[in-house]
Amino acid sequence: MSSLSRSDVANLARLARIDMSDSELDALSGELDVILNAVARVQEVARPDIEATSHPLPLKNVYRPDVVQPSLSNAEALSGAPASEDERFRVPQILGEEA
Amino acid sequence: MIRKSAVEMAAALAKGETTSLALTQAHLDQIAAVDGAVHAFLYVDTEGALAQAGAIDKARAAGEKLSPLAGIPLALKDVLTQKGVPTTCGSKILEGWRPPYDSTVVTNLKRAGIVILGKTNMDEFAMGSSTENSAYGPTHNPWDLTRIPGGSGGGSSAALAAFEAPLAIGTDTGGSIRQPAAVTGTVGVKPTYGGVSRYGLVAFSSSLDQAGPCARTVLDTALLHEAIAGHDVRDATSINAPVPQVVAAAKSGDVKGLKIGVIKELNGDGYQAGVRTRFDESLQLLAAAGAEIIEVSCPNFEYALAAYYLIAPSECSSNLARFDAMRYGIRVGDEAGASAESVMNLTREVGFGREVKRRIILGTYALSSGYYDAYYGSAQKVRTLITQDFIRAFEKCDVLVSPTCPTTAFKIGEKASDPLAMYLNDIATIPVNMAGIGGMSLPCGLAPEDGLPVGFQIMAPAMQDQRMYSVGAALEAALLSKWGAPLLSQIPALAGSK
Amino acid sequence: MSPVTYDEVLAKYEPVLGLEVHVELNTKSKMFCGCTTEFGGAPNTQTCPVCLGMPGALPVVNEKAIESTILIGLALNCSIAPFSRFARKNYFYPDMPKNFQISQYDEPICVNGYVDVAIDTDEGPQTFRVEIERVHMEEDTGKSLHVGGATGRIHGADYSLLDYNRAGIPLVEIVTKIIPGTGKYAPEVAKAYVAELRDILRSLGVSDVRMEQGSLRCDANVSLRLIGVETLGTRSETKNVNSLRSVERAIRGEMIRHAELLNKGEKVKQETRHFQEDTGLTRSGRSKEQAEDYRYFQEPDLVPVAPDAAWIETLRAGLPEQPTLRRKRLQSEWSVPDKEMAAMINADALDIVEATVKLGADPAKARSWWLGEISRLANEREVALTDLPIAPVDVAAIVALIAEGELTDKLARQVIEGVVAGEGTPAQVIAARGFKVVNDDSALLAAIEVACAAQPETAQKVRDGHLPAAGALIGIVMKETKGQADAARVRELLLQHLGHTI
Repeated sequence: MSSLSRSDVANLARLARIDMSDSELDALSGELDVILNAVARVQEVARPDIEATSHPLPLKNVYRPDVVQPSLSNAEALSGAPASEDERFRVPQILGEEA
Repeated sequence: MIRKSAVEMAAALAKGETTSLALTQAHLDQIAAVDGAVHAFLYVDTEGALAQAGAIDKARAAGEKLSPLAGIPLALKDVLTQKGVPTTCGSKILEGWRPPYDSTVVTNLKRAGIVILGKTNMDEFAMGSSTENSAYGPTHNPWDLTRIPGGSGGGSSAALAAFEAPLAIGTDTGGSIRQPAAVTGTVGVKPTYGGVSRYGLVAFSSSLDQAGPCARTVLDTALLHEAIAGHDVRDATSINAPVPQVVAAAKSGDVKGLKIGVIKELNGDGYQAGVRTRFDESLQLLAAAGAEIIEVSCPNFEYALAAYYLIAPSECSSNLARFDAMRYGIRVGDEAGASAESVMNLTREVGFGREVKRRIILGTYALSSGYYDAYYGSAQKVRTLITQDFIRAFEKCDVLVSPTCPTTAFKIGEKASDPLAMYLNDIATIPVNMAGIGGMSLPCGLAPEDGLPVGFQIMAPAMQDQRMYSVGAALEAALLSKWGAPLLSQIPALAGSK
Repeated sequence: MSPVTYDEVLAKYEPVLGLEVHVELNTKSKMFCGCTTEFGGAPNTQTCPVCLGMPGALPVVNEKAIESTILIGLALNCSIAPFSRFARKNYFYPDMPKNFQISQYDEPICVNGYVDVAIDTDEGPQTFRVEIERVHMEEDTGKSLHVGGATGRIHGADYSLLDYNRAGIPLVEIVTKIIPGTGKYAPEVAKAYVAELRDILRSLGVSDVRMEQGSLRCDANVSLRLIGVETLGTRSETKNVNSLRSVERAIRGEMIRHAELLNKGEKVKQETRHFQEDTGLTRSGRSKEQAEDYRYFQEPDLVPVAPDAAWIETLRAGLPEQPTLRRKRLQSEWSVPDKEMAAMINADALDIVEATVKLGADPAKARSWWLGEISRLANEREVALTDLPIAPVDVAAIVALIAEGELTDKLARQVIEGVVAGEGTPAQVIAARGFKVVNDDSALLAAIEVACAAQPETAQKVRDGHLPAAGALIGIVMKETKGQADAARVRELLLQHLGHTI
């Protein structure tokens, strides 16, 4: 079983937007190794001919009609905002490029 | 009054022997008296509860037709949104957040006239089996305050055992209703997946989460089940069919000729001795009541825990991405020159606890390209195998049973540093969530070696929840006969308790 | 090194294209919740727990969006998947409330279609088949305002303000297979493809398809390979392409940019670039090499889509006429020369002319009014033809009145101005302004006599055979009749009066 290095975990932390300290990364990489070894056994029985379950119950085609419903008021929408301005959510400068 | 069942309280209300206001106040008083030690509640909505109670009393006086549980107080797990009331999910990252909308469960509770006393403690974002992962401190088991009340819904079950409320709502992803019920000597049910709306239930693992009723008796639980269950157009995964007749089933409690299957892989081998003993005794009682006990095998169950600890973290890594300090919740590190990205990173580092971070990273890994098939993909296949095992087993019997969990309540701190040991608490409950079927835990006695409650688990096929209630009611009645009084009458008195 | 010319690029390289078009559907409510999709709402007043991604909120699929997407797939000759699912595309960005986008991944709703586009080549008109890889559904993001920087763009901004009114608007993404073999016509093929898509979508009525408004967005992928080589070159993706003309320019520009790099022996970076309207060049954006791993997995909050086969056939039967076929048919019915047809299509006037013809107007006349006088007014006001407050019914009425002799061309122009100015219908304008063509010959003769009396020398000139001089006299008659005489009839009568036979 591949073991996770600290830089592997650091990469995952970056993907997950969590700012972890070095000691946290170290501790986590050890714990994850143990857990991954334990859970890897799912591969023992996951044969190619077995279908994956995505939903516990066989529901399909659940829709709602194209009808407008009331929205939240601006105040309600912003009620939990850490910062707001001009009726909008205010967020710190975004470094990444717009999609 | 607070030691009665909800049914008894409802009768008293109907007869005019008491009012909802008095009943609610009595429970608020109990909370004030004991919750300092138990810490079941994160927020007590005194004003709101009394207002709700007053409104129900007024409606009753005006002769309006009321639901069976109208005016009865209830404790709500802090993972369900209630408009204007703090909802933290046991996490620092949502400290202070008051949702602008009600979950459907709360809408249904309000429609039934049930009085919501407040929000109960839980493992952070429902991840845990002991409520030790709450960012606000653990809840203490009313049977022994040095012990855990189970998790993730330890607060709700502890509130019931401490007589702080006769009704509670929990949520169950891998056993978070049933295992706390077992270790606190109360009843808890996870309905068939889709039976209760998830709209407003803060998601941990979307394909496994389910809200459910908790109480001290099977009938109380059934009444609460019918109050909250039903199709919801806001939840595309909710079942579009009538709510199963669980109250009728709980009242009948007839098991004559019923086939009860004991799952070989979950029959108590290797579990705490007292747990095994009580489980076997309960089987005998059910047999004496006319049921046929047979043995079935579900060989793929040994992979259930592994699959669960891949699926749940994967889904949660995505579900918890929304907590980024931009629209709600706490924000950390927003100084001059900070970027949105650094604020997100810092907030999530500070706002999430260790177990949550562990599962997010695990889930991120399991979903990442190159690993998907080996981990998440394989786990979803194991799910199919477990479902098939259940289907085969249910061909031979009407319900399946097992001890709810391998041990009684352990000491706070005992397993906190060993995640894998902690995960093993859910070994008997997890298969139920994987297959999406219904599961109930009810108290079946105290373990002789430590005098702590043991839970008996009943599992029913998907959309046949009523079977759990008939078998549960039958066992409860038989045990009541044996004990002479409900199990909770044996609970040590809490200092200050009313 | 001198810049490479387009011809030089083509001498050495072959372009390969890939086009991704996003379409905003015109449903009344959002993709996964009931918030309205109407434009122009005050910020954050068209949101709810679902489209804000609040804890506990759940998506539910808009039925009309499914129908629209299937229609699009059918119109693009795709197969409709009997079973498709939604997936989560996981990445963090403040304009995406859940920090994942609900989209479709390995199970899209429509696959394997094609669109035939016509382009003009040196050898004459040619048809090119663009193959469609997939059509799938997803949700749009919120909109950010970047505050503090010089340009309002994200670079150098101090902070941003988010409005989530547009978060959750239904989007359909149409992805082509790679498009080789276009050679020097790559820009034209791309432009024609987007134009054709736009016309098809408009005919289906599923979107406003206004590129300037963002309801139709195009991302262009371009790569070059040496002629005769199989291996594909590295591609760049260009976004912010907001008009058909920009599609053409962007592709041409990228082909040249790639060639310049490759000629120098440098590598083309796999990256996202932004098209800049003013320069026609692209600017580097996010590097795709550090692209996030999106960790796609099936959306657990939604159940699979399995459209009923009978329903699909009903939708197929109800598909409107293919735009290309419709254009051919109209051109033939109206006997329009190719160049004029192209002009009408370029001016986006086909629908409006057809509507006018349907109301009884002669096609040639309808065309000439719409593309002539009315287009002039539209250009003056800098609006689109269809945005002018004059409708096919008005133009049809005017054409009819002219045919009946009730209006002259000159008067008609004034009537049009009146209608556009908001004075009412043509009939109302005519009544209000007192327009009435003077048809009465005796009235005309009276005016003619007045004119001849006013300019006897000119009248004599005409009598003597100097016919062009009649113009001055006609002018006086027109003035006399307040311009309400039919100039041609006046000329006839005048010449007769002055002794000439017509």
